[in-house]
Amino acid sequence: MSNSLKKYSEILVGGTVIAKEVEQPETGSWRLGLKPEVDLDKCVDCLLCWINCPDTAVMINNDSDFTGFDYTYCKGCELCAEICPTNAIQMVAEDKPVAEFGRKK
Amino acid sequence: MSVIKELARKESKGKSFRGGHSLCRGCGIPIVVRTVLNSIDTPVVVISATGCLEVATTRFPTTAWNVPWLHVAFENAAAAASGVETAYKALKKREAIPDDEPVTFVVFGGDGGTYDIGLQSLSGALERGHRFLYVCYDNEAYMNTGIQRSSATPFGASTTTSPSGKKSYGKAQKRKDLTAIMEAHHLSYVGQSSISHWYDLSTKVKKAVSTEGPAFINVLSTCQLGWRHEPKDAVNVARLAVETCFWPLYEVVEGHYNLTHEPIKKLPVKTWLKTQGRFSHLFQETNKSVLERIQQDVDEDWNRLLDRCSQDAHYFEKQEPTFLREMKQARL
Amino acid sequence: MNRTLEKPSLDFETELLTGAQAAAHAMRQVNPDVVSVYPITPQTPIIQTFSQFVADGRATTEMINVESEHSAMSAAIGAASAGARTATATASQGLALMIENIYIAASMRLPIVLAIGNRALSAPINIHCDHSDSMLARDSGVIQIYVENAQEAYDYMIMASRIAEYKDVLLPIMICQDGFTITHTAEPVSLLDDDSVREFVGDYHIPYSLLNLDRPVTQGPFDMPDYYFEHKRQQQEAMEQVPAVLEAIQNEYYALSGRQYSSVDAYRMDDADYAIVILGSAAGTVKDVVDKLRDENKKAGVLKIRSFRPFEQEKIKYHLSQLKGIAVLDRSMSFGSYGPLYTEISRSMHKSKPFLQNYIYGLGGRDLFPDQIKKVYHDLLTGDITGDLRYIGLRE
Repeated sequence: MSNSLKKYSEILVGGTVIAKEVEQPETGSWRLGLKPEVDLDKCVDCLLCWINCPDTAVMINNDSDFTGFDYTYCKGCELCAEICPTNAIQMVAEDKPVAEFGRKK
Repeated sequence: MSVIKELARKESKGKSFRGGHSLCRGCGIPIVVRTVLNSIDTPVVVISATGCLEVATTRFPTTAWNVPWLHVAFENAAAAASGVETAYKALKKREAIPDDEPVTFVVFGGDGGTYDIGLQSLSGALERGHRFLYVCYDNEAYMNTGIQRSSATPFGASTTTSPSGKKSYGKAQKRKDLTAIMEAHHLSYVGQSSISHWYDLSTKVKKAVSTEGPAFINVLSTCQLGWRHEPKDAVNVARLAVETCFWPLYEVVEGHYNLTHEPIKKLPVKTWLKTQGRFSHLFQETNKSVLERIQQDVDEDWNRLLDRCSQDAHYFEKQEPTFLREMKQARL
Repeated sequence: MNRTLEKPSLDFETELLTGAQAAAHAMRQVNPDVVSVYPITPQTPIIQTFSQFVADGRATTEMINVESEHSAMSAAIGAASAGARTATATASQGLALMIENIYIAASMRLPIVLAIGNRALSAPINIHCDHSDSMLARDSGVIQIYVENAQEAYDYMIMASRIAEYKDVLLPIMICQDGFTITHTAEPVSLLDDDSVREFVGDYHIPYSLLNLDRPVTQGPFDMPDYYFEHKRQQQEAMEQVPAVLEAIQNEYYALSGRQYSSVDAYRMDDADYAIVILGSAAGTVKDVVDKLRDENKKAGVLKIRSFRPFEQEKIKYHLSQLKGIAVLDRSMSFGSYGPLYTEISRSMHKSKPFLQNYIYGLGGRDLFPDQIKKVYHDLLTGDITGDLRYIGLRE
């Protein structure tokens, strides 16, 4: 991750930032010991968790199906667990092993 | 394909707004931004006023915005947008950019930067008729600087500059009705929505961007830190504001009022107030009259809105669902 | 009034124009993409004349009639970031109102052209000339050029775009003309033809435009202490490029117009013993007095500074270091200290000998008369120098 501090001659003038060249900070470190876990048997693909996630941390595939959580950015706010109409999402301990993208093992 | 799936498909093709920003856990603002941007089919250019959204998403050298984005100062987002939109017209005129590439200009401002310090530049931009969509994310105070009251703060709310105390019950003024002020600028489209009703917001955005001139949408956005509730309740608290009729969802199309969401049961405003720490002092015996006043104001405003919507119902040729009509009859 | 004037050797159109009209003509020929306008005396004739040009199709500029000067500069920043050549005009309270955006435009490296009709700052409210308004912006990072007459106003308004838009510069530029004295006084102005100006200014390019949709950029980010200092240092670097760029553009303009300009105007300075250093239109009156003194065999000269920002220390020192006495005339004050021009000159001269005396003149439009200027030279000649601040024409 190339976020070591640059000299004035090494950055663009005017404060310009080129969006595609940026590496975003990994805000997953904000989680306080809980992460979301999904039980795909209960999930009905309503995508309410996706549209309400403040961190764009709910992942979807090209067919607009829910595929899981992006733990790099998920801050553990629990909004998804709260809003899920089928209780498919639970908050579990950070170190609990889950399948890929937060799926229940 | 359902609407939400279409919005998701738009984002899966390329995120306009990505994670890695430092907005609070459970912040309502990204819900506004993502729903708005995913509801617009053309390329967008975003202009932001100073505030939570701007500061937390663009700490140099990072940026959460994968679309062209401009920030100038606190009170001039609409003026800066006027310049961008005019430049776009000028460059198309001299063929520096292709004529067939439509771009939608979206301005995001908080309630501070819209109701207060930004009101002049917004008013000017609307009067001049520039083509942009202005979305105000209304979290009812100057949150970024530490929860100070704005003219959007509700009557009776406790903020750091209108704190409740031994001699004070919080903000002593009724909040400004900005949607009405916007409507007075003769806009083709004005909307009021909430983060709790994504479909309502998305529909309004689509209508707004199809108008030829400026459009304005005011979106209620919860702030877990300033309103003092759990981050996970962000959407629930917003929903209660709508269901208690404190924050009605409606639109004004060519000056005609239309209610876009009628609560099945109008809940007492206390139901909403007690979910947030900023109103907890109102439940003391000494503040009983304040609570009553709040309910009275909500009722008056709600009835006035209903009247206005009935007057204009013919414009929308709406077939009112029987049970709602019966409910309204019962109220009279 | 006999309007037939002798044409200069190069075949140009000459018109009787005020400084404001001359600036508007220059803007018409440059034909910026976007101009945001808000009225304030004394720059209003600039925007009025220009609006008429646009209404008659003589310029294809998109005009934005904003609702305040703050919005004028905000819209200019928006337009310039989006890839449009942009200009605006202001003065006095308007400049003071837009000051945060002037700093922002300079920091965002946007080459916006600002036509300034110098006017005093309130209170009390005063619509006449002094330099307090543009002096307010002297730390902002904007390039500041002070002109002496309508001809210079026209010429510099054309050169402004080229100077500001140079790739290593990219800073907003103010062309300051004294309110009423220049803006509202008519004199013969020699105009270039439209095609020559168009060719001279060329196309507008900025490195990263908002409307480049394939490569989205974030403009106007949030800096913490870890980067702000570096961003500011870049601005100083940009300013350091300006003298060379200014000279090159001025030379190119000479080939086009026959008028050779420089960042300083040294009048009869080669063998001078005593000089006045001054900005703006009063330099014209001083030059007349210098001529009279020279007729009396007194070695007087006048150094008129055009480029106040950047302030070319070395060049100015070169003109002043052999003198016996210098009077610096400031048309604005910095309460609690000396006049701004005096402060800059003191720095230039800090390793040299000539004694300096600071005079404040002309605040709120008070005229400067030849007799008063003569008295200043007399003070220098007789060594009547105290180093304390003096005021010309003040009832005290």
